Amino acid sequence: MLTVLQCMLTRELILAIRRMSDVLTTLIFFVIVVSLFPLGIGADMDTLRTIAPGIVWVAALLASMLALGRLFNEDFADGTLEQLILTPQPLALLVLSKVVAHWLVTGVPLVLIAPLLGLQYDLPAHALWILVLSLLVGTPVLSLIGAIGAALTLGLRGGGVLISLLVLPLYVPVLIFGAGVVDAGISGLDTQAHFWLLSAFLVVALVLSPPATAAALRISIE
Amino acid sequence: MSEFFSMGGYGFYIWSSFGMTLLVLVCEVIWLSRRHKALLQRLQRMARLDSGAGS
Amino acid sequence: MAINWFKYSSPASFYPVVDRTIPWFMGSAVLLAIIGLYLSFFTTPDVLQDQKQYYRIIFIHVPAAWMSMWLYLVMAGWAVIGLIFNTRLSFMMATALAPTGAIFTLLALWTGSFWGRTSWGTWWDWDPRLTFELILLFLFIGYMALHTAIDDPRRADRAAALLALVGVFCVPIIYYSVQCPDPNSLNCRALHQTSSLRSIESSILTSMMVMTLAYWMYSFAAVFIRLRSIMLEREKGSDWVNELLGRMK
Repeated sequence: MLTVLQCMLTRELILAIRRMSDVLTTLIFFVIVVSLFPLGIGADMDTLRTIAPGIVWVAALLASMLALGRLFNEDFADGTLEQLILTPQPLALLVLSKVVAHWLVTGVPLVLIAPLLGLQYDLPAHALWILVLSLLVGTPVLSLIGAIGAALTLGLRGGGVLISLLVLPLYVPVLIFGAGVVDAGISGLDTQAHFWLLSAFLVVALVLSPPATAAALRISIE
Repeated sequence: MSEFFSMGGYGFYIWSSFGMTLLVLVCEVIWLSRRHKALLQRLQRMARLDSGAGS
Repeated sequence: MAINWFKYSSPASFYPVVDRTIPWFMGSAVLLAIIGLYLSFFTTPDVLQDQKQYYRIIFIHVPAAWMSMWLYLVMAGWAVIGLIFNTRLSFMMATALAPTGAIFTLLALWTGSFWGRTSWGTWWDWDPRLTFELILLFLFIGYMALHTAIDDPRRADRAAALLALVGVFCVPIIYYSVQCPDPNSLNCRALHQTSSLRSIESSILTSMMVMTLAYWMYSFAAVFIRLRSIMLEREKGSDWVNELLGRMK
């Protein structure tokens, strides 16, 4: 089972490296959105500090959603996806490795650059740390949930807007608790409960999303 | 009677809620029935054309 | 008594059932609504001080919210049955339920907004129940959008069914978000906190139940009318449809 994961992961990462532009687009979108808000709202540091968690998280949500297109579309277009479904390996496992690779390539950069963006909003140091942690736990959940949406809308015209309609409502609980934990951290309240909940989301998503995505892929391809 | 309509000053809120509910539900049923009638007519026309062409 | 469940699982045999029962459902809905509204306005006491009549909104708000959750569950139920047994009719039922479910969710949000404005002073609040009811609306709309976006009816049915299943988690959240264990903790700052069926006076409860039944009968009627159209549209060209059209002339 591990060799399957390893194999898929290596393949995905090599493909991603060959298409660095896709990866960088997500990152740059994230940075631009987060940087636009102070320009629109005005540079009052107190206001910015309060809204920072929400903005960073929403931007992460949107960037994550934009990146979903590259999860299955290329493989669908050249027929690889069909072959993957036909292999004797459990499809859920293959899907999991694809999603993990996707997260490594689109989610982790967001997590790494978040502290810099947090500084733009004058977040205190301990809040920056909480922000990074919340994104670290939350972005995989976003990729996992998004994978279901990507699989359902495979090859459809108007796919981008449709996927947002399907996936954003499902993202909401993650957003609430992800931004919530940073808010709590800023006000000095206890953040443990939020983190436990976020981790619970991650565990549930890890268990339920790959099979659901596999089922969706089968439905979409037939 | 007018006291009933004003509902202690909250008339706007109450009648907006009840009114919207009634409006939406009635419209839904009317719209659906019309759609069904139109569908029946269209299907019958198609069936007549088919049987006309076949014979 | 052995019921042949699969007897009605074909559109051909179920259509007459649907067709004949619509007037009955509609009739009972209207009757129950009249009774319910009469009870709501004239037999329930003026509960709050200063004769605050706005509380009457709950007689259409709570039943609408209940229906929105119930219809989603029923839709998801038919989705599961369709996915397991591969019966076209189950998927048609689910598709027929979605718009009515969306409408009740919309009504629950609309009336809830007016209720909130009068009793808490705000048109909207991001407490768990309201937020997830809104998400429920998006789930219904998403179901309809996904189904419409896919041309192949089989793929459309199954993809939308899967989506409906994924969204089921919403309903328990809405339902249980009021029974908060610790009202003082972070997650339970909810406006809906104090509503609980047990402590409501019986006449109010009766009116709510009657209105809920009225809504339920209405849902049957509306969903069946829609289902009729869906069945004819999807099965056009088949023998039973042609026969039906022939009999209608």
